[in-house]
Amino acid sequence: MPLTDSLRNDILAAVPSLRAFAISLSGNADRADDLVQETLLRALANIDSFQPGSNLPAWLFTILRNLFRSDYRKRRREVEDAEGNYAKTLKTQPSQNAHLEFEEFRTALEKLPQDQREALILVGASGFSYEDAASICGCAVGTIKSRVNRARSKLAALLYVDGAEDFGPDETIRAVIGGSGG
Amino acid sequence: MKDLKSQASKSTTPGKGGLTPEIQSRIGHQLRAMYDDVVRQGVPDRFAELIKKLDAPGAAPQVENGGGSNDNNGRD
Repeated sequence: MPLTDSLRNDILAAVPSLRAFAISLSGNADRADDLVQETLLRALANIDSFQPGSNLPAWLFTILRNLFRSDYRKRRREVEDAEGNYAKTLKTQPSQNAHLEFEEFRTALEKLPQDQREALILVGASGFSYEDAASICGCAVGTIKSRVNRARSKLAALLYVDGAEDFGPDETIRAVIGGSGG
Repeated sequence: MKDLKSQASKSTTPGKGGLTPEIQSRIGHQLRAMYDDVVRQGVPDRFAELIKKLDAPGAAPQVENGGGSNDNNGRD
């Protein structure tokens, strides 16, 4: 469909959540904004392939997610040091207490496997249905559900189970998941 | 946190992987708080301008190599 004013406004309106998704995925605000920029350019260049009336945010998130995945494969080796950059790049600083908790949560989130992290974010934060999340990630709805469940269990183990800090995430996760292997 | 856990395990039925509804809701809350913190930053000028530049019909391809783009050169 052609780039109408209303479509342009809709794309603009999706930018804040695209950024939030990109930052959640990459853990790095600069890289996230590059991803968003690339996403917008791709989207606008391929706007003809967008079906009017279909879910524009889902379409944009799909582009971003695919860019991130291909970028991730390329960069994997160079970005090990990106950890910990997220909080520093936030413009609004929560209060000290909230900030600590926030930081802890973010760190736990980064420990999740990528598949689980993206599924959890799409469903739990971006507010997509399981169906939309499945289409964004190119997998079955059941797969998304199970990724979201595993992601929640791991976060719970990392954040809320007694002694999680004492014996390390792997063992905790195994204990909580009940030895599902993997 | 310990309070939450002991309370939760007493008062509610654990779901899959030992998740109680309370812990689930806590995770959901924190996830959204983190996400919404970024959403509230709105649209940075960089993107508003980028989309505006594409106003003119046929302008789309020009932005990519950005002769006039201000913040893309010199990165990385």
